[in-house]
Amino acid sequence: MTAMGIATAERIVPNEGGENVLAVRNLKTAFRTPNGWVEIVKGISFDIAAQETLAVVGESGSGKSVTALSIMRLLDPEMSRVEGSVKLSGRELLKLNRAEMRDVRGRQMGMIFQEAMTSLNPLATIGAQIAEVLTIHGLMSNNEAMKEAERLLDRVRMPAAKSRLNDFPHSLSGGMRQRVMIAMALACKPKLLIADEPTTALDVTIQAQILQLIKQLQQEEGMGVLFITHDMGVVAEIADRTVVMLQGEAVEADSTDAIFARARHPYTKALIAAVPRLGTASGNGQPQHFPTLDRESGQIISGKLRPDTIRHAAEPVLRVKNLVKRFDLPGGFFSGPRGRVHAVENVSFELRPGETLSLVGESGCGKSTTGRTLMRLVEPQSGEIAIDGTDILALDKERMRDMRRHIQMIFQDPYASLNPRITVGEAIAEPYLTHKLGTRAQARQKAMDLLGQVGLSPEMANRYPQQFSGGQRQRICIARALSLEPKIIVADESVSALDVSIKAQVVNLMLDLQEKFGLAYLFISHDMAVVERISHQVAVMYLGEIVEIGPVKAVFGDPQHPYTKRLMAAVPIPDPARRLEVRPISNDEIRSPIRAADYEQPKREYRTVSEGHVVQVWGSDWTV
Amino acid sequence: MARYLLLRLADAIPTILLVLTLVFIAMRILPGDPALAALGDNALPEQIAEFRERMGLNVPLWQQYLNFMGGVFTLDLGSSLLKNTPVITLIAQNLPYTIELTLVAMAMGIVAGIPLGVIAATNRNKLPDNGVRVFSLIGYAIPDFYLGALLLITFSLNLGWFPINGAGEGFVDRLYHVFLPALTLAFVKAAFLGRLTRTSLLEVFGKDYIRTARAKGARENRVIYRHGLRNALLPITTGLGLSLLSTLSGSVAIELVFNRPGIGRLLISAIAERDYAVIQGGVLVFAMFVVLINLLMDLVYVVVDPRVKVQ
Repeated sequence: MTAMGIATAERIVPNEGGENVLAVRNLKTAFRTPNGWVEIVKGISFDIAAQETLAVVGESGSGKSVTALSIMRLLDPEMSRVEGSVKLSGRELLKLNRAEMRDVRGRQMGMIFQEAMTSLNPLATIGAQIAEVLTIHGLMSNNEAMKEAERLLDRVRMPAAKSRLNDFPHSLSGGMRQRVMIAMALACKPKLLIADEPTTALDVTIQAQILQLIKQLQQEEGMGVLFITHDMGVVAEIADRTVVMLQGEAVEADSTDAIFARARHPYTKALIAAVPRLGTASGNGQPQHFPTLDRESGQIISGKLRPDTIRHAAEPVLRVKNLVKRFDLPGGFFSGPRGRVHAVENVSFELRPGETLSLVGESGCGKSTTGRTLMRLVEPQSGEIAIDGTDILALDKERMRDMRRHIQMIFQDPYASLNPRITVGEAIAEPYLTHKLGTRAQARQKAMDLLGQVGLSPEMANRYPQQFSGGQRQRICIARALSLEPKIIVADESVSALDVSIKAQVVNLMLDLQEKFGLAYLFISHDMAVVERISHQVAVMYLGEIVEIGPVKAVFGDPQHPYTKRLMAAVPIPDPARRLEVRPISNDEIRSPIRAADYEQPKREYRTVSEGHVVQVWGSDWTV
Repeated sequence: MARYLLLRLADAIPTILLVLTLVFIAMRILPGDPALAALGDNALPEQIAEFRERMGLNVPLWQQYLNFMGGVFTLDLGSSLLKNTPVITLIAQNLPYTIELTLVAMAMGIVAGIPLGVIAATNRNKLPDNGVRVFSLIGYAIPDFYLGALLLITFSLNLGWFPINGAGEGFVDRLYHVFLPALTLAFVKAAFLGRLTRTSLLEVFGKDYIRTARAKGARENRVIYRHGLRNALLPITTGLGLSLLSTLSGSVAIELVFNRPGIGRLLISAIAERDYAVIQGGVLVFAMFVVLINLLMDLVYVVVDPRVKVQ
């Protein structure tokens, strides 16, 4: 890390008081590749005491998951090499034979993973999968284990635990699946729980529930927790001490309070700076750049203040009124639909040139469907969509295609949205040629210009997508969207899959492009913190409806609707002082937008809170 | 479930009708007159006319078609032109032998193929894996009738360990007779299933729930069979269906090589003799099997995979 010009901080996180559950010393893991051994983890050390949580934080490829798998010895012994020392309650794990190691796994160390869906066997009931841990280790008979599984499900606050025992994983929600994983990991009362990004794939309110659950169970069981994450907000919520990993090394390690209060390593500073703090937006009230780390100087650069990009006097470039989209769930052969998904329900908003409106909400709230409807990728049932004053729902196919010039989309997965057999130059030029805006030579020139605009070099036009990283690919997708010089860009979770530092860069790029071209953004995201940073307006969606809309400061600073409040309360805050608080977190699942076929949408009323800040009047079913 | 079955069966009806129609047309556009084929080149015109009359061949084509289709639904498939036996009887006589051959071959193929695949997958890129791969390649490459002839010459003609022809009488004797022909078919099956099992299992081994099973402290055997093979069986089930069909059609050549009775041999000789009714009946039997096996596979899916819902 000399490139950063700063000496590495002390690498060991020693634990002075009490006995260590886990002591890792100079752990090195290498993988076999066709070109020889490649070291992924380059010697990291830490201790974890009983009842203590240690977070290992880093971005993709930093070696944090490999560290966890090395401790569990779950890596393929033929493809990997683990050196150093891993002691569980004083017992050296790296020297155990296979059978001894099997007795440790599941019995003394439990592990939970990021993707609970794929981590559960799809062909076995969850009861059987939990009971299996107990029978494998010979702790119980099958019958006893099944009863214990029920008790465990109850302990992880699974609603209606008994009736769930014979369910298969696919019939559970994401949060429930993670509860099952936790029940499995804790079945034998292990001394150590390793949690590898257990909440990353979950919605924010569900994430808050799972974090809370882990904290509670840790207190009850007195186990140590090794928590792996990329999210400094989550670190602040859960960890007593923190190790920051970068390219296989621990660049900084200290108590979580110390890390947040006085991080020394620039990388740590950059990670913390990249975590947006809700309700702390400062500056001139305009959307702000993320601070970024200058790799050369090791300095954190916070972006300059942005001018007001909205053209207030102009007509709205996009006007949506009473938009409705429902999907029928097919019933029997002769009967009508069994029910309907009320994906988008009476949604209205306006977007002016140079303005960013964010749609926030959790899975199934209809935010993505709304975005797709605007391009008529899905046809709405009713409502009006006007782009630049033109009612696009009245256009025929041919003229709709022309209209798409003005509204372009950027998707979440930059890997899936670029054709691997087309050079990025061709990919960027393609929309331009499709719309017959110029010759091939002009298109090519345009593509090279755009690559420059998005911070890549024009010579990269001849390369293929797989030669780029995730962040670079997302820049390419942005360049492609820009090739038609659209007025509106719909960004559907466009930065959600990116690492924190890359996310910051791409968001900054989007802000710069808005300033330069006067773009209007419809930014669809579940990430409240990013939304707060970059939006002028925000609309909170719940079960297909906008429950609250207004200037971002008003909505986030003074949330009115119970759902907005719940959402805000669930966002992890990078403030370690809040770690010890046990906040009241509702254990509810996110409700389903599926309604009976004869369901009548109730008539909604709206109340104006302040100028532009409107909230739906809620009924008695909201008692938060 | 019963409703689902009925609906799926109803789905199959157009397929069967289409197959029957195609067979009917194919028979009629083939060169050669069945009357001449049956009576010989020296037959008198009156004999030919009488023959055509008896066989219903002198009515217009559309009427022949309707008669044929009507017959199928009343299980009256007509009579053999030559043997004067109802086609349905011929099928009833021959079908058990074909089923016997197919089932024994499938059983042998599964018993050999799936363990081979497991061994290959658990020893990836090592000697056993390479061995299985070479075996698979041979199994894929070798034509079954050639392998059959090879086995027949070696074990029956030269060594005299197995009978040369026929199907035998009584359970043990029949098993004895069916062994070599079934082995021939099973060789190809085992090669196919071994490779399929290897691929599916390797894919499953990469899944997160296998890692979860190991993280629970499960023994390797439990990981491989309980969590691995059970999930790998889903694609293997599809393979089994395809394999069953190819075994059925493969039995045609094998019945000829080993001179065994069966639908395959019945069909081949009927084609040589332009015995329309028998050909139609034989093809109908094969078509029914294809439909039935596909239906069976769908049912297996519903039973095996809890994610597949009956609608």
